[in-house]
Amino acid sequence: MSIPALTIPLREMILKYPYLEDFFISLGLKDYHVDLSCAEYVDQLSDGQIEDLGMDREQLISNYTEYFQKMAEIALRTTERVRSITIIGGRDKTGQAENLSFTMKTGDIICVVGPTGSGKSRLLADIECLAQRDTPTGRQILINDSVPNEDKRFTVEHKLIAQLSQNMNFIMDLTVQEFITMHAESRMIENVEETVQSVIVCANELAGEKFSLDTPVTSLSGGQSRALMIADTALLSSSPIVLIDEIENAGVDREKSLELLVKEEKIVLMSTHDPILALMGHKRMVIKNGGISQIVETCAQERSNLMLLQQFDGTMIRLRNMIRSGEKIDFDIKNLFGL
Amino acid sequence: MKLVTVSGPPSSGKTSVILKAIECLKQESYKIGVIKFDCLTTFDNILYEKVDVPVKVGLSGNLCPDHFFVSNIGDCVRWGLMENFDLLISESAGLCNRCSPHIKDILAVCVIDCLAGVNTPKKIGPMLKLADIIVITKGDIVSQAEREVFFFKAKQANPKAMIMSVNGITGQGAFDLSRRLKDTVEIANLELKRLRFTMPAALCSYCLGETQIGEDYQMGNLKKMDFEVFS
Ligand SMILES: Nc1nc2c(ncn2[C@@H]2O[C@H](COP(=O)(O)OP(=O)(O)OP(=O)(O)O)[C@@H](O)[C@H]2O)c(=O)[nH]1
Ligand SMILES: [Mg+2]
Repeated sequence: MSIPALTIPLREMILKYPYLEDFFISLGLKDYHVDLSCAEYVDQLSDGQIEDLGMDREQLISNYTEYFQKMAEIALRTTERVRSITIIGGRDKTGQAENLSFTMKTGDIICVVGPTGSGKSRLLADIECLAQRDTPTGRQILINDSVPNEDKRFTVEHKLIAQLSQNMNFIMDLTVQEFITMHAESRMIENVEETVQSVIVCANELAGEKFSLDTPVTSLSGGQSRALMIADTALLSSSPIVLIDEIENAGVDREKSLELLVKEEKIVLMSTHDPILALMGHKRMVIKNGGISQIVETCAQERSNLMLLQQFDGTMIRLRNMIRSGEKIDFDIKNLFGL
Repeated sequence: MKLVTVSGPPSSGKTSVILKAIECLKQESYKIGVIKFDCLTTFDNILYEKVDVPVKVGLSGNLCPDHFFVSNIGDCVRWGLMENFDLLISESAGLCNRCSPHIKDILAVCVIDCLAGVNTPKKIGPMLKLADIIVITKGDIVSQAEREVFFFKAKQANPKAMIMSVNGITGQGAFDLSRRLKDTVEIANLELKRLRFTMPAALCSYCLGETQIGEDYQMGNLKKMDFEVFS
């Protein structure tokens, strides 16, 4: 791939691969729409210009070819789709064997429970680096039932876990539309505008209060931010696994959020001790002493309890809305809860 | 002994990341020492000493910090060998974004944080563009979208580097980094090694102590901004 990339005139290359333009822009170069090949172009740059780039000519050309290859890989999406992730047990902190092989498939919602410091971050780290019995836990991770290639382990395009937590905030000085567009462009997808639209429509379905395209992301409310983060992760993130660290029970529809992620074929991992969220999961992974101590499947009784809990939750939301609109809660609320 | 150069903008999380990686390596009874290069002051030595990591501080004061680095790194290596370290880590804050302490054939790590803004990877020179590993910190406080965009921009700025995300507080990701540090080459000295990129072409009158502003006082290697209206 590298040889034609270097000999074809830049003007032609950029026309064919528009993302090449960013390479020159990011180096602060101008006048690169020329009928010179990359090698010729680099040759005619002055020594002063080269000095300012912080790279010598050879490094510049080798970066250019590498850039071209990496971007082409992302744009072509040559990577295999992740359908399942398997955790083959290692040992906990006391050296006790985990004795399990647990497979998570797209569309699964799996809750991770256990006290802080019990080993959740170690588990995530194992998944993220595709541990092959070479981390302190001795676990092994399989993708689509087989051992992943070593070269998959550390590249951006293969990042496995997208993370969502309450501590996360938007920090960019952009409007909702500009922000999502930027993300879409970095994914090098074809129908940017359309995708941006659907992210925003989706986010508004999840958010308690609607927001418009031209709202700055930094001025969204907590619920709106969370809704946008969820919709964006569902529709635009390349990672097959979404890790959610609780979703607060305000300003965002939690059930719809999970439905969306499942529909988009994500593997949802949710770290939560909220009974409603936990019971919405299909399974619960119980972490203890740095190891997975058991897998609990949500049973029929738990599912019917979930319905009851959701009714209570609905009533609480109604009461909250009454307070918001200035009403009084001065009547007997026992009936509301069926007491 | 192995040597690794870690650089990155001020407060990007270099010390936090190094400490987390050291934690992983110590479990394998690695003997590690650190050199901290800075300009005026640093309190990093206290952080390293707290966890019993031998540390030496080099302050460049009124010299260019990167020139100071090159003139001292050889002695640092000698010190490390004398102390029988398995690994010597040099931490230096890249102050003008232009230079880099990276040496050919010596593992070079650049630490940047997500809070720095998406154009940061573009703006940082050889320190990032010629690094082997780019570590991105503080992903825990920004959105997934911003993290992904930031990764992409870092990849664009240095397509060859391995990009890793490390949380300097919880240590998530530090194990992977520690493995890369372990895999690097053994050295006996830095004789004949070269910097990956030239230091800035300095030596103007101001390098030599001039303080007066004005055309008549500017001498030596100068570069002027281009204001079309003046010409
Ligand atoms: N939230 C969060 N904070 C971090 C992370 N990494 C580092 N920090 C914090 O960022 C601040 C600066 O971290 P340092 O490790 O001292 O940064 P440094 O690059 O060594 O700084 P200098 O050596 O002074 O240039 C500290 O308050 C750290 O606790 C991270 O991943 N997440
Ligand atoms: Mg430091």
